[in-house]
Amino acid sequence: MFRKRKAYIRPLDFQNGRVDMMHGSGGRASAQLIDTLFVEAFDNDLLRQHNDQAAFDIGAGRMVISTDAHVVSPLFFPGGDIGCLSVHGTINDVAMAGAQPLYLAASFILEEGFPLADLKRIVDSMAAAARAAHVAIVTGDTKVVEQNKGDGVFITTTGVGVVPPGIDIRGDRAQPGDAILVSGSIGDHGVAVMALREELSFDTNLHSDTAALHTLVAAMIDVVPDIHCLRDPTRGGLGTTLNELAQQSGCGMMIQENALPIKPEVNAACEFLGLDPFYVANEGKLVAICAKEDAEKLLATMRAHPLGKDAAMIGEVIADEHGFVQMQTAFGGNRVVDWLTGEQLPRIC
Amino acid sequence: MKYIDEFRDGRLAQQIARAIMQEAKPSHVYRFMEFCGGHTHAISRYGLKDLLPKNVRMVHGPGCPVCVLPIGRIDNAIELARDQGVTLCTYADTMRVPASGGLSLIKVKAQGADIRMLYSCADALAVAQKNPQKQIVFFAIGFETTTPPTAVIIQKAKALGLKNFSVFCNHVLTPPAIAHILKAPESQQVGIDGFIGPAHVSTVIGSAAYEPFSEKYRKPVVIAGFEPLDVMQSILMLVRQVNDHRAQVENEFMRAVTRGGNQKAKALMAEVFELRDTFEWRGLGSMPNSALKIRGAYRDYDAEQRFFVSCHQVADHKACACGEILRGLKEPADCKVFGKVCTPENPLGACMVSSEGACAAHYTYGRFRDPAQNQERQYVS
Repeated sequence: MFRKRKAYIRPLDFQNGRVDMMHGSGGRASAQLIDTLFVEAFDNDLLRQHNDQAAFDIGAGRMVISTDAHVVSPLFFPGGDIGCLSVHGTINDVAMAGAQPLYLAASFILEEGFPLADLKRIVDSMAAAARAAHVAIVTGDTKVVEQNKGDGVFITTTGVGVVPPGIDIRGDRAQPGDAILVSGSIGDHGVAVMALREELSFDTNLHSDTAALHTLVAAMIDVVPDIHCLRDPTRGGLGTTLNELAQQSGCGMMIQENALPIKPEVNAACEFLGLDPFYVANEGKLVAICAKEDAEKLLATMRAHPLGKDAAMIGEVIADEHGFVQMQTAFGGNRVVDWLTGEQLPRIC
Repeated sequence: MKYIDEFRDGRLAQQIARAIMQEAKPSHVYRFMEFCGGHTHAISRYGLKDLLPKNVRMVHGPGCPVCVLPIGRIDNAIELARDQGVTLCTYADTMRVPASGGLSLIKVKAQGADIRMLYSCADALAVAQKNPQKQIVFFAIGFETTTPPTAVIIQKAKALGLKNFSVFCNHVLTPPAIAHILKAPESQQVGIDGFIGPAHVSTVIGSAAYEPFSEKYRKPVVIAGFEPLDVMQSILMLVRQVNDHRAQVENEFMRAVTRGGNQKAKALMAEVFELRDTFEWRGLGSMPNSALKIRGAYRDYDAEQRFFVSCHQVADHKACACGEILRGLKEPADCKVFGKVCTPENPLGACMVSSEGACAAHYTYGRFRDPAQNQERQYVS
């Protein structure tokens, strides 16, 4: 009888090795990278089946799917890295429909020459983030591009989840009179990443707020099932997200500048960089819009959760056919909070 | 933020607003020009118009360095980056300024030109040191505030003996622009009662630089900081001068501005730069002695000499009212293309580009005040 024996392959050198073109060839080197790095780190039943897809059953409710590409630079920053960011980002996009995220797919574009040690650090961080969130990474893909045609690593993740029956959270459900809540301080992620850029380099103790928000969302819909809108204000910041919701819902908003939770160090960094914290990215915050009578209850629930302890009510939805988001400034005047123009901070997530 | 939050105190603002309300005579319409884009921005950003009585009106001035940069000079910068193959280093604000042929620096960058956005001009020097095989040109723009740093890097480049670094100088001067506005026959038509004088520019040139205006043209000037309380306080000071028939240079921004200005910075500027005979300003036209060029002693670092840059005049888009807006003759909302064809994403005129531009400030912060027929529905692609 023959015993199936695998041919010997030299183990990957996760200390000094680098990604080369063979790792993306689809051949033995690709398989080795997948087996000894990705499958090892993300380990779960579906992934171990080595299919090109993952098949699974789902329960009652509507399915949700969302995808997100991650190109953050630098890859490692205080409070996180591109790995955990790519897990949190997609979980959050799925969760903002009120869904319980179930599975993730991850696709990697690696640049030839990228250190395997860094790749392992990133993959381990993804695995830890996925495990902590109880969301398995069940399928994936890896491609390698020549040197100077990528920037280390780009990660695209796709998530699926299920919205429980009776939950209907959409961007077009904001109504005049609704309350607008935010789950915590804004601008932390953007400023933490910005501080590392070589052309700026300033010192700060700020950490990125990157976090998976689905448990916060679950707690929120437990108490107020009829939340009208949820969205995570990532790129473009809170200002952009509010404009999106106002446009989708066909109404305006009035925000109280005094009520916005902003850390003094974020304010200071924005002040000397000429940025507006309102447009700086977040990776672990959400905006919730609900009926006025539900607002206090929802706020209390958010504040009771570790990821919403600094939650605040920041304004209300108003009738405005032009869809302006306005702000009552701390100074006593009114102004528009417009869509972000141009690119405030490139490659922030 | 210490020393910043104090100047954004809403309660104090209300007190000053009450004082302005009490002291401004209902029979008179007060028109004050804020020269600087920094003030324009503060007025819009903090909604100061809501705190002023109806008969105290602010007229936007030309003090936005990006806005007054003529199309021809942007074309020159594009030619340098695209046709002469230099690495062009620039402040981010200039990237979207519309140039000839529907181009802008950001579009030329997308076509492959090597254009880098910098926070500090000193970074341009670092780029030159890191890339000795490439020619690096710093696209220098701005009023007297940004001029001394440019002088520093030119001197430094000379000291380092850098052969691959030069500066495309577009620095302009504030006093000639104020004089131009006061002299223009149309300014009588606008009837400006006084000026809020520049904040940062004045830290360099000092308050004495404005004394000729108060003496010769009998117009009060109050130099003010860029924080909203500074602006409110300076408006109150201007109202008082008008009521008292005074025309003096007063300094609200005493925490930073002296009468003589920054002697060291002024000496640096004089050492490296000299007056240009004439320079074209967008909206204001060609003005004598209104801009600086690099002195002969530093000609090796002058990109205009090194790359034989030839200046040409290009007319603004016909429908664009930037010229009149920069001279205080029109409000952004008076422009036919404002908020329609001309938006911050696709600026037709320069006032829509920089956040200090009158149109961009009004579009971003204030357009909800415009009559409904001027409103386009909010959209994104």
